[in-house]
This record gives sequence, structure tokens and C-alpha cells, in this order.
Amino acid sequence: MALLEVKDLSRAFGGLQAVNKVSFSVKKDTIKALIGPNGAGKTTLFNLVSGMLPPDSGSIIFNGEPVHGFPPYRTASKGIARTFQHVKLFPRMTALENVMIGRHTHSKAEFIPCMLSLPWTWREEKQIRVKSLEIMGFLGISAFAGNEAASLAYGQQRIVELARALACEPALLLLDEPAAGLNMRETAEIARLITKIKEMGVTVLIVEHDMSLVMDISDEIIVLSYGEKIADDVPLAIQRNSEVIRIYLGEEDA
Amino acid sequence: MNFHKYLPIAALISAVIAIQLLTYFTGSAYMLTQLTMSAYYSLVIIGLCILMGYAGQISLGHAGFFAIGGYISAFLTTCNLLPYRSHSLVSLFSKAGLLNMSEDLYGGQALHFHPWAACVMAVLFTIIAAYCIGGPVLKLKGHYLAMATLGFGIIVYRIVLGTSFFGAADGLSDVPSFVIFPGLEVSGKSSVRIQNYYIASGLVIAGVIILLNLINSRIGRALRAIHGAEDAAGAMGVNTAKYKLHTFVLSAVFASIAGVLLTHYNGGIGPSEASVMKSVRYVAIVAIGGMANLWGALLMGFLLNFLSLRGYFGSFDDAVFGSILIIIMLFAPEGLLHKNSFRGIKKIFSHTTKEEGQA
Repeated sequence: MALLEVKDLSRAFGGLQAVNKVSFSVKKDTIKALIGPNGAGKTTLFNLVSGMLPPDSGSIIFNGEPVHGFPPYRTASKGIARTFQHVKLFPRMTALENVMIGRHTHSKAEFIPCMLSLPWTWREEKQIRVKSLEIMGFLGISAFAGNEAASLAYGQQRIVELARALACEPALLLLDEPAAGLNMRETAEIARLITKIKEMGVTVLIVEHDMSLVMDISDEIIVLSYGEKIADDVPLAIQRNSEVIRIYLGEEDA
Repeated sequence: MNFHKYLPIAALISAVIAIQLLTYFTGSAYMLTQLTMSAYYSLVIIGLCILMGYAGQISLGHAGFFAIGGYISAFLTTCNLLPYRSHSLVSLFSKAGLLNMSEDLYGGQALHFHPWAACVMAVLFTIIAAYCIGGPVLKLKGHYLAMATLGFGIIVYRIVLGTSFFGAADGLSDVPSFVIFPGLEVSGKSSVRIQNYYIASGLVIAGVIILLNLINSRIGRALRAIHGAEDAAGAMGVNTAKYKLHTFVLSAVFASIAGVLLTHYNGGIGPSEASVMKSVRYVAIVAIGGMANLWGALLMGFLLNFLSLRGYFGSFDDAVFGSILIIIMLFAPEGLLHKNSFRGIKKIFSHTTKEEGQA
């Protein structure tokens, strides 16, 4: 059964049709990759699914429930978490505090209970901390839990961002170019972590430029070009697809 | 359990008592009047500190909320309802026990709202006003938010200055004392000066405890996340618009309560309390206190207001706060929303020494 069902999704910016009637689905417990040349509309599609942008038309059904047009916080509470192409941590907060924000949708203390510091809010706070540390341990970043996010190396920031998204315990994790700006060793580490996350039972939708990473870890791949879907298949078939080869390498007699 | 958490609060309580004892033994008990007023202003400052320093949203209209609280309370406790006694609404208020009969100096009788009722209504009205203003303007960011809240402040100022039943340029006076319960009253009488100092300080301490609880909670963390990267906070499930609005209203309530009580303490309120320079002063104090630093804001709020009220700045009063703002802006060029002013100063000094070393 498909966890995410996207139908005829469109979004234009002025005269530019960034995403044009794109339909696809993501099966539960799989890794699906979204590839395409620069400007193909991958990030726009991501922003539509995560609610950062409202679509012009089309529908997004998540877990059998329409989520299109939801503000990001509601999409998140439905179980869709994301990371960003350019890491967006909360710079002046510690790595642990960043991950603790990820527990927001799983905790409920509001203004008045927090201002009065009611005992149940302490217990909740403790649970948030324990769970966040557990996730940081799972990703192997407990060592710098207390460091300010802005002071971390870029590769470490990427993993903290991943931990923050995982702290939401999402059903669907959207990763926007998780290997961008990372060296080979760090990329291999990210690939290992993504596979591990999938084994935890989290479905992953990933945008990535690193082809070897995509071919290694994905179960299925969608190819976008100029806002339209060109192909949607398993990695081996994508590698042999002449249309995909044409848009990536250019036409033979160009 | 968390004993160290309460240590700063204990220090604050000791400082409050120490200051009172100091004025007692040095025979300068008259200073308690300005200390009490400073405490009420500090209440505005710490409320604004949460909004600016933690949630990262500026407001140049907080004198407006202060004035709304002060003016509504002053109006309700001074307007004489006796001529309208037979009106059904007035008799309804009377039956609900919201009204209070009093006698003036000449033996004339007057019927007006009890200060408690007036206080509750003033705060409720502030909450409504803050929701109505905050809802639309908090969609704006940075300079635009500053301008929109400035506009709100100017509107409140012009309303109180131009409305005859708010006393126009004279403001409202003869505001009765606020008897919280028998034996405890907010008023400027010198016989209850010490009592009032402790009422005001107690409120500040309560305010600090409430805000510290908030800062160290799930909500405080979410507010700092909004400050750090608003879209990322949203993507993690934080309802950013709601949290910003609630924080705005919370800080407006702090300003309003301060306005109500200071008005009863002073026995009146004038339009200068609503002026834009007052709002600028509050912002300047939060900025010099270090933005995301409740203790810094509290200390500066107490100190600078006290110096200002004692007249140490003379006729340069507004100029001093203006200069503070300029200096803060220069050393924290990323705007009012950062707390690295000390780092900025340090950077400038380290820069010059480096150049000297090279030369």
C-alpha cells in the first residue's frame, strides 16, 4: 500500500511552471529517490509535500488522508519530517536542544502549564531529553550533544539535522540533498545511516545529486525535468532509460 | 530537587530586601518611591524581553499596551456613574458587586468601578487588543514588524491625547488607591511606601519566576527555535504563528498590569506614558540588557529607570535612551534580534590591536 500518493501536483512561480502535473507514489518501508538536472523542480516538489508551499492544483494523500495546503506544522504533526538542502539548524541552541525541538509534535505542554512549571511538564521534559539522547546515540553523535549547533562542522550539522527530523518519529522522512557538501567518507556514512533509518521502519523520499549514492540505496527513482516526470522505475531500469540518459548527457547530435 | 535553579531567585529576593534595608539605614526611604516605579517599569521590560530576546519579534508599541492598562483602569475607577444609577447596565454592574461608592473631599458622593473590576477589565481589553493587533502584524518580519507596531503605538498615543474623557493632554488624575485586600493597598501615600515597594518587587519576582519557567520549557525552546530559523521550526511541527501571537499577548499583559498598578500608585496617568519615546526606551533597555537575557533586562530595567526617575539624566533623558539604542545598533549590526553585542565590542578591540601589532 502506498504511504504517499501524489496526484497531478502543479505549482508555478509567475510564468515558470516549476512543477507540472506530477504524480507518483511512495510505498511504505522503501527509499524513493527524486533526481533531475538543476532547476528540474525537485526542491519545489519537496516544499509542496512538506507544506512549505501550497500547490496550485493537485492532491497529496498521506496515509489515506489529504494533506495538501496544510501549513508545515500540521504536515509535521501528521508524520512527515524533513531536512533542508542548506542545513537549517537553530544556530544558537545546542545540538541536543535542536534534536529536542524534533520532539515537539510528541509533547503537549502549552504556555500556562509551562509558566507554572507543573510537575507533569518536568516529566514530559525528561522524556523529551531521554528520547532525544537516544536518537543521537543511534546516529552516533552523542559526543557533541552539548555543543552549540553553529560551532559544529558541516558534516556534523547534517547529522544533527537528520537526528532532529528523526526525533519527530516520522512515517515519511524527506531528505533534501543530504550528501551536498560532504566528502566521500561522510557521504558513505550518510548512506549507511539512511539505510539504517529505513530498517527502523521509516519510509524515505530523497532528493540527491550524488548518483552512486542514489543508485546504491534507493528502491525506486523518479526523474524530473523542467517540472515534469520523465521516468519512475527501479534503479537498473532508470540507468538504461534513453530519455533519462538524454537529459543528463545531452542529445547525441546536439 | 533542582535547588540550583532557585538560587538566582533567592539572590533576587535578598537583593530586594537589602535595597529596602539600605534605604532605611541611610535615611533615604524617599527613594523607595522611584524604586517602586522602576519595579513596575521592569515588569514591562521583562515581558518585552521574552518577545524580543527569545521569540525574536520586536515591538515598538509596548507603551501602547501599558497605556491601555493604565488608562482603562484610571477611567473606570474615576468616572462617576451616580447620574446613570437607574440605567439597567449600571444596576447590573452594581448587583454584580463591581461598583464602589466613595466620598470625595467635599462630602460629595461618587459611584465608580472597584479597582479589582477595573484591573480585570483593563487586562482583558489589553488581551483582546493584543490579539487583534498581533494577529495581522506578526506575519511581518524585521523592519516591517517594527514599523507596524510603531504605528500601533502612535495610534494609542493620539487617541489618549485627543480624547476628552481620557483627559486629553492632562491625562487622568485622582485615581483611587487599589486595595488588593484590606491592609494591602497600592497607593502613593508615604505611610504605605515600604509596603508598596514590596508589592511591586513581589510582582517582579513572580513575573521573573513565571518567565524563567517558560524559557526553560518546551515552549521556551520552541520560541528560541522560531528566533533561530522560523521555517525549520515550522517544519518540526511548531505552530510558529500561534506561538508568536501568544508571546506577544503575554508580553502585552505584563505591560498592561504594570500600567494598571503604576497608575494607581501614582494616582494618575498622562499621555506621555503612551508616547513613542517610552516604547523606544523599553526596546533600548531590553537591547542593552543583552536581548535573550532576562536577568540582564531586569537589571538594566531597574537601574536605568531608577536613574531616569531620579533625574540623573536631566533634560537629556530621551537622548540617553536614544544614544543607547544607537550604540547597541552599531555594535550589534545584525539588528536588534541578536545578543552578540559584547562580541561586537570585543571584535572591534581585537581588530585594532591586531592592526597595531602589524604596524
